[in-house]
Amino acid sequence: MPHDHSDHPHSLLPPDPALRVKALETILSRKGLIDPAALDAIIDTYENKIGPRNGAHVVARAWLDADFKAALLKDATPVVAELGYYGRQGEHMVAVENTDAVHNLVVCTLCSCYPWPLLGIPPTWYKSDAYRARVVREPRAVLSDFGVTLPENTAVRVWDSTAEVRYLVIPQRPAGSEGLDESGLMALITRDSMIGTGLAVSP
Amino acid sequence: MSRPHDMGGRYGDGPVVPEPESDIFHEEWHKRALAVTLAAGAHGAWNIDVSRHARERLAPTDYARFSYYEKWMAGLADLLVAKALVSVEELAGSDPVPSPKAGTTLKVENVPAVLAKGGPADRPSDIAPKFYAGDAVKTRRLAANILVDGGHTRLPAYAAGATGRILRYHGTHILPDSSAHGLGEAPEPLYAVAFPASELWAHPENPADEVVLDLWQSYLAPA
Repeated sequence: MPHDHSDHPHSLLPPDPALRVKALETILSRKGLIDPAALDAIIDTYENKIGPRNGAHVVARAWLDADFKAALLKDATPVVAELGYYGRQGEHMVAVENTDAVHNLVVCTLCSCYPWPLLGIPPTWYKSDAYRARVVREPRAVLSDFGVTLPENTAVRVWDSTAEVRYLVIPQRPAGSEGLDESGLMALITRDSMIGTGLAVSP
Repeated sequence: MSRPHDMGGRYGDGPVVPEPESDIFHEEWHKRALAVTLAAGAHGAWNIDVSRHARERLAPTDYARFSYYEKWMAGLADLLVAKALVSVEELAGSDPVPSPKAGTTLKVENVPAVLAKGGPADRPSDIAPKFYAGDAVKTRRLAANILVDGGHTRLPAYAAGATGRILRYHGTHILPDSSAHGLGEAPEPLYAVAFPASELWAHPENPADEVVLDLWQSYLAPA
């Protein structure tokens, strides 16, 4: 070997990231350690089946049904599991509600923890150094990157996901949405509003 | 004693760039990187704490220059060798030898069940909760693993030595500081702890703002 790779064997792989993935996939597949069809099924799950519409369904239900919302805020995991939303990276769910007094915002400063069964794969910005570094120290500046300005008397509470607990923000229900049914409300609930970097859309 | 992943509060990063909800993967290889990592993890050769630590142990220069899924690939390659699933020679390009561990390979028909099952981190524990909602607590002065030098911990540096209050009890959960190093699950009470922004930052944006972290009982002392 030209030099010692013992600490970081990954440096043996090709430099181009696409080729690096291909090399790993080929090695593992030829060793019988991965089933290429299983990879396609995993990708299909997160590309087409599990995403933020799941979370929007939960939030719309919470807006429409006070008992559902109370149960969700008390112990979210069984409540969302009842709707079919449970699984990897959503084993311990906590829902937090935005009000005039408190605006909640979720991050994982140490890696990229995120409630997959409710929101899918995290967006690139959620995993970025800028978001991870800045949002705990200057949440209002980060909100302005998203075009969101909060009233001075609304406190910001940033949740840093340091354990296996995953947080879902219940955004405030917008004025003018009174007559809407569940699917009408779901259209107002953006992914970002359930992370706390956005607000629900006004109808 | 710090590692490059522990970046909460750091200065100098640029703006956060929003993206539409329809953007899930930006490159084909990102999809493969995610899927290869999940499929390889299904052998059970490591747990989530071990895999997080593998990414954190990347050289700081690699951690900074690698994109998200490149970090996953590098962590995975290092783990595959460390757990003897793949040899250094195979990574370097020699002909792959069929593995004796092919029996635990995730099959396509089992993917939905495996993803739906997840991996809960709560466990029964003999350690009773010492704190209750509203109690004042202080975190460890150093954001360090006390079991292993340079080891994995989930106390970020920005919240070390800080005083906060217990907001919520989560039950007893696996302790990552132990679990990441093959030292057992060592479950103990886990709490959501709220810190005033003024306790963490010299120039908080608003005195009413707070940061909440999930912290294990052994990270905390009464304040």
